[in-house]
Amino acid sequence: MFKIINPNNLFGTSNKIRKVLFFLFIILIVAGLLEALWFSPKDYIQNHAVRIMYVHVPSAWISLGTFLAIGVLSIFSFIFKNKNFLIISKCLASSGFMFNIVALVTGSIWGKPTWGTWWAWDARITAMLLLGIFYLMYILSWQVFEKEETKQKVSTIIAILGIVNVPIIKFSVDWWSTLHQSSSVNILSESTIHSSMIVPLVIMMVAFVIFSAVIFLMKYNSEIIKLKNKGLDRL
Amino acid sequence: MLGKKVRSRAIFIFLVLTSLILTAYILFKSLEENVVYFLSPTEIYEKQEIHFDKKIRIGGMVKKNTIKHSAESINFIITDFKNEIYVIYSGSIPNLFAEEKGVVAEGFLKDKNYFLADKILAKHDENYMPPEVNEALMKESKQ
Repeated sequence: MFKIINPNNLFGTSNKIRKVLFFLFIILIVAGLLEALWFSPKDYIQNHAVRIMYVHVPSAWISLGTFLAIGVLSIFSFIFKNKNFLIISKCLASSGFMFNIVALVTGSIWGKPTWGTWWAWDARITAMLLLGIFYLMYILSWQVFEKEETKQKVSTIIAILGIVNVPIIKFSVDWWSTLHQSSSVNILSESTIHSSMIVPLVIMMVAFVIFSAVIFLMKYNSEIIKLKNKGLDRL
Repeated sequence: MLGKKVRSRAIFIFLVLTSLILTAYILFKSLEENVVYFLSPTEIYEKQEIHFDKKIRIGGMVKKNTIKHSAESINFIITDFKNEIYVIYSGSIPNLFAEEKGVVAEGFLKDKNYFLADKILAKHDENYMPPEVNEALMKESKQ
């Protein structure tokens, strides 16, 4: 059923794919940063502070999306007893955590000149901090335990607990009054961001996704090598 | 299609997730007052018991033509277009603080229409556009 993502198939191709992806990432990040910092217009209220958004928003999306993937894969690995899903989850976590921190830090840098504060305990920001804690616990759960089985169990539990937080983050700005503004880029309703600002946002988003993919493939590769060294070529 | 064990594990995880979501829902429902970052003037107006000695946040729009600077303080009215609260504040204000823009004030209620703030935050809305587009929109709305 899950033959396509069998580690033995991925192993042969991932080296080449990784190089191509990294090359693509360099091109896109240069184009994205030029677009975000230079060619895109300033905002009518925020002025140049709007440029922080081109890093902040993709980072936040990716950290959310990555945790969603970790959660769903962990659930699937529990249902189908597929260890490979767990290894994929494990390899996704570090870049997701990094983007979570980037989102929090850039948000804070943006908040000071616009809101007038570095930090606010509103629902969105607090839930995002909670996601960071879940990421940290998830990553640590793979480090602190001795037995492979314990690692897998504990990390799955953390992933399932944490996945409940994901929709809370997404909809916090609609459910409660928050200092954080509600979302400007909408699929179902009209977006409230001007099209000239969508361009750099999309380029940066794609660049960051590719970056995550490169990090993931590197991690996954080394996990597979570790497994092969243990003499377990079947999962 | 699915084996018996697979199906029972799927049902189990479904029940776990449902109860987790339910727990989260109940938790947030009971904590609602602490989850919201600020109250609107109407929520203040409708509130049964108000602790005047407890620090709270109120939020809304700064009403047009109500910002008044004096030597020691700045006064303005926060409105949600139904109810209003008169705010007195002394201290530094954020750059984005302006009339007809969102604001959150932290401080103490003196009564239901009178607020003594010791911190002001500007709330940015979800609209992002270049200055030229805003000018064009303003022109359009004036016509």
